Amino acid sequence: MAIIQIRGLRKSYRVYQKQEGLLASFRGLFHREYREVEAVRGIDLDVEQGEFVAFLGPNGAGKTTTLKLLSGVISPTAGEATVMGFTPWQRANEYRRRFALVMGQKNQLWWDLPAAESFRLHQQIYRLPPDEYDRTTAELTDLLSVGKLLNQPVRELSLGERMKMELIAALLHRPEVLFLDEPTIGLDVVAQHKIQQFLKHYQETRGTTVLLTSHYMKDIAALCRRVVIIANGRLMYDGSLAGIVDRFSGHKVLTLQFADDAMPTDLARFGEPLDVQPPKARIKVERERIADVLSSVLSGYQVADVSVEDPPLEEVIAEMFATAEDVSDSQELAAVST
Amino acid sequence: MSSTTTNPTGFSSAWIIFRTCVEERLVYRGDFALGTLMRFLPIITQIFLWTAVYTAAGGSINGYTRNDVIAYYLLTMLGRAFSSMPGLASGIAGQIRSGEIKKFLIQPIDLLHYLLLARVAHKLVYYAVAAGPFALVFWLCGDYFPPWPDGPTWVAFLLSLLMGFVLGFFLEATLGMIGFWFLEVSSLLFFYMLANFFFSGHMFPLEFLTNSVPPWFASLLWFQPLQFLAYFPSAVYLGKITGPELWQGLALQAAWVVFFYTTARVAMHRGYNRYSGFGG
Repeated sequence: MAIIQIRGLRKSYRVYQKQEGLLASFRGLFHREYREVEAVRGIDLDVEQGEFVAFLGPNGAGKTTTLKLLSGVISPTAGEATVMGFTPWQRANEYRRRFALVMGQKNQLWWDLPAAESFRLHQQIYRLPPDEYDRTTAELTDLLSVGKLLNQPVRELSLGERMKMELIAALLHRPEVLFLDEPTIGLDVVAQHKIQQFLKHYQETRGTTVLLTSHYMKDIAALCRRVVIIANGRLMYDGSLAGIVDRFSGHKVLTLQFADDAMPTDLARFGEPLDVQPPKARIKVERERIADVLSSVLSGYQVADVSVEDPPLEEVIAEMFATAEDVSDSQELAAVST
Repeated sequence: MSSTTTNPTGFSSAWIIFRTCVEERLVYRGDFALGTLMRFLPIITQIFLWTAVYTAAGGSINGYTRNDVIAYYLLTMLGRAFSSMPGLASGIAGQIRSGEIKKFLIQPIDLLHYLLLARVAHKLVYYAVAAGPFALVFWLCGDYFPPWPDGPTWVAFLLSLLMGFVLGFFLEATLGMIGFWFLEVSSLLFFYMLANFFFSGHMFPLEFLTNSVPPWFASLLWFQPLQFLAYFPSAVYLGKITGPELWQGLALQAAWVVFFYTTARVAMHRGYNRYSGFGG
């Protein structure tokens, strides 16, 4: 049985619509207009124990809302979900002792006290036996190289150091399920890389089930074999990272290096020229035309080198998100006009 | 950073939370010490004010002499040192608004239990700093006080102070929980502060008020909970409330404690279910 089971999960919010201006503000005192925003629109998902799954999607897609639902921070409007057999929004203590949520933009540590004090508090809150607590703390601080910072007030730590401490605090009770909401947001490349390495190592050695949301493709490529794409509150894709390009990209990128003065002037007839610096050119070609284009280029011109590549993943995903937003806009327009 | 040597229990958790809150309280020691000492300044103006009032009005107002009123004022300061909860309601509402409250939904910890421990810690640190100045002020103003009360009055006085602390805590916690519905509670807190100012007997004995309002309103004032935050313990100490009235008063105070404990808990659970996870 899957460790996380989600069936028809929905969450909608009522959002106050305030018009611009002073008059509208006064009107708002007596009569308010609300709009129903559907953050999650019926998600079905199964996650097996030990999987490292990435939630990918544009801002406002419903990723964080889904993590909040699974960690019991909010209750759904409809649908069901179980994590380790528990219904998250019932907030049973047995459940809360077995998972952790880390939000990159939120601080769970005591701001004015050293992280060591927060850890000690967590030991008590999660009722961790002293030897287990000592062992875990030593191991985690060692892995993240923060031993020297434990007695420094949290407010005096850098963002990267603070994030490491947040991770330690969240992992002290050895959660079986870990929800990570943009854990590397705002960090520099070095800090991002360190946290990625740590999460990879930790998940592999412990077999923890992890759900991660991130905007950094590098995080996802480094950590997750399975990617779930959510846009407009719906699940759009569930599979491997590489599979995204196969499924959502309708074109390939053809790079040609022509022999001296052999470059044709009308490259546009092969596809959309992306970058032309004679004798080199990059052309975006529709997938179904790639064989024809290649044969006519190779038979008609002197070509020194050729390569056919998939477009960059970021580009495919950005296109997909843009399409999803257009669809959503047109649906909303249709809803308004009916 | 060594851990405790025994397995954590409910008691050790409470102790560590308490200890951590004390440590946190001591971080900004300068601001804390200054804030504590500044609270004693209004005493001087109050003594001058009531001396002027009694010079004009003569011997006694509603059964209180000048000395009674000054002693009463000093005792309400003591009562409020137990019952006032600076920053509690606004802190809860602020945490709801900013999303920090999530911590208590995710971790196996009870918000009210935690806040109560934190408040006990804050109060004890406050008493440690304020005990000296309090003792000095009470010694200097010793002549305003009547002779020491008897044993049962002392017991009733201390009991009303302790219940005043618990009542103040759960009353303000309930106000803070309203943040789950309205997000911004500062106007509500202003109204509460205003009501507290008059109806807790913070500035003058409630008899001054009840003798000059319609009888129905006066009887309401004798039932309302705010009186137990300042008026009741002071009046008990001064021997203004005795016999069956005293024990009835304590029973009413206990009933309000139970009422606001239940309200705060129900509001917390309903608020949790209503919570939308603001603040990202």
